[in-house]
Amino acid sequence: MNNNDCVLRVEDIHKSFGGKEVLRGITFDVRRGETKVFIGPSGTGKSTLLRCINQLTLPDRGRVWLDGEEVTNSGARINYFRQKIGMVFQNFYLFDHLTAVRNVELALLKVRGMGKAEAREKALIELRQVGMEDWADHYPAELSGGQAQRVSIARALAMDPDVILFDEPTSALDPELTREVLEVMKRLAREGMTMLVVTHEMGFACSVANEVLFMENGVVAEQGAPDLLLRDPRFTRMKDFIGRLDDRPGD
Amino acid sequence: MDQATFLFDILLPALMEGLVITLQLIVCSAPFGLALGVAVATGRQYGGRIISPLCKGFVYLIKGTPLLLLLFILYFGLPSIGITFSAFVASVIGFILCNGAYNSEYIRGALMSIKDGQMIAAQALGMTRSQAIKSVILPQALRRAIPGLSNEFIYLIKYSSLAYMITVIELSGAGKLVATKYFTYTESFAVVGIVYLALVSITTVAVNILEKQLAVPGTVRATAAVQL
Repeated sequence: MNNNDCVLRVEDIHKSFGGKEVLRGITFDVRRGETKVFIGPSGTGKSTLLRCINQLTLPDRGRVWLDGEEVTNSGARINYFRQKIGMVFQNFYLFDHLTAVRNVELALLKVRGMGKAEAREKALIELRQVGMEDWADHYPAELSGGQAQRVSIARALAMDPDVILFDEPTSALDPELTREVLEVMKRLAREGMTMLVVTHEMGFACSVANEVLFMENGVVAEQGAPDLLLRDPRFTRMKDFIGRLDDRPGD
Repeated sequence: MDQATFLFDILLPALMEGLVITLQLIVCSAPFGLALGVAVATGRQYGGRIISPLCKGFVYLIKGTPLLLLLFILYFGLPSIGITFSAFVASVIGFILCNGAYNSEYIRGALMSIKDGQMIAAQALGMTRSQAIKSVILPQALRRAIPGLSNEFIYLIKYSSLAYMITVIELSGAGKLVATKYFTYTESFAVVGIVYLALVSITTVAVNILEKQLAVPGTVRATAAVQL
């Protein structure tokens, strides 16, 4: 892999919360256009890892690079990097007092300093991308979870990010709504968006991921193409984990 | 002199003059009291190690002392160190400080009720904390603070009568003067009470309308407001 190809570099990230080591040295490179999926038991630091990448959580040690520039220790410039690193949350976190279109355009107006007409136009384009243009004037409380999540994806897309972090984007949704969100994410992946996705959706991981990272106890335990991790007998831990998922009674 | 002559020719004209002063006191105090409340609440919640304790101390002082005492200090006390306010200005300053301190507590409660996710999402988009507070947190918090703030506004209407204690002839003062001169305490103060009741009623209706106007569609509050 040459350096131009690598859009995001994560280097030896460590993070503890009150003596409990959540991340114990995570390192990986992300190529432009790649989709990496993070899988693993709860409490294993996957979400914390994503938050360390855009510095919503400050790592104790380790560095993050975006396009060759250091994101960690970047001072006030972190607000520039955060525009370039989009984030989508499990609970959507839409701005509750704003309509869908105003959710998308707010950062364009305030952060990018765009004019009103231009911001509105771009916001509507992004809503169309996720099939939500007909809901532009609706408030978050009037949307289903799947619709809200699609709006939040549009909100991230509007900043023209180099990479988008998805933190369990479908965990709060029922299977049908999950499907509509995953469809949008699959299309983004096909269109060449660089994505890091924390999820429990194995189907999505297998069909979209270029690489799966199986995390356990704060480290990447297994790493490789989804096919490899699922078929190759040398890899056992992720298969065990998935097996346990399938065995859950009544699920 | 019959009752009607007293009421229409003496009491009401005097009360009207007092009412004008009361309204002036309120109009001059309330907007700044609201602004101070927003500033103090935001400072206390997000101000960090220096500003936050200052805001807390301010609220502690105002909450812990009678407003009347504050007015006495502003009007009778400060001239001894060379600061002289007119009675009206001293009253307005006192009301702004008092109104602001109490408002800040309602707003602080509302700020605390806004989920962390709102700030996190704003920051993840590249907004600074102050941009997030201004565009995301406060617009939501202020909506939630409306019931408390309207309560405080109603208190302001009523404690504006304390201005009389530092020689401002507002509504209560005007009533008192008439009552003493004509020895008509019950009638005069009853009418004064009715005027305050009217002011508070108007405020209550106005706040209900405002709350409906500002309610975010789809939320529980909006639904409840429509049902009423």
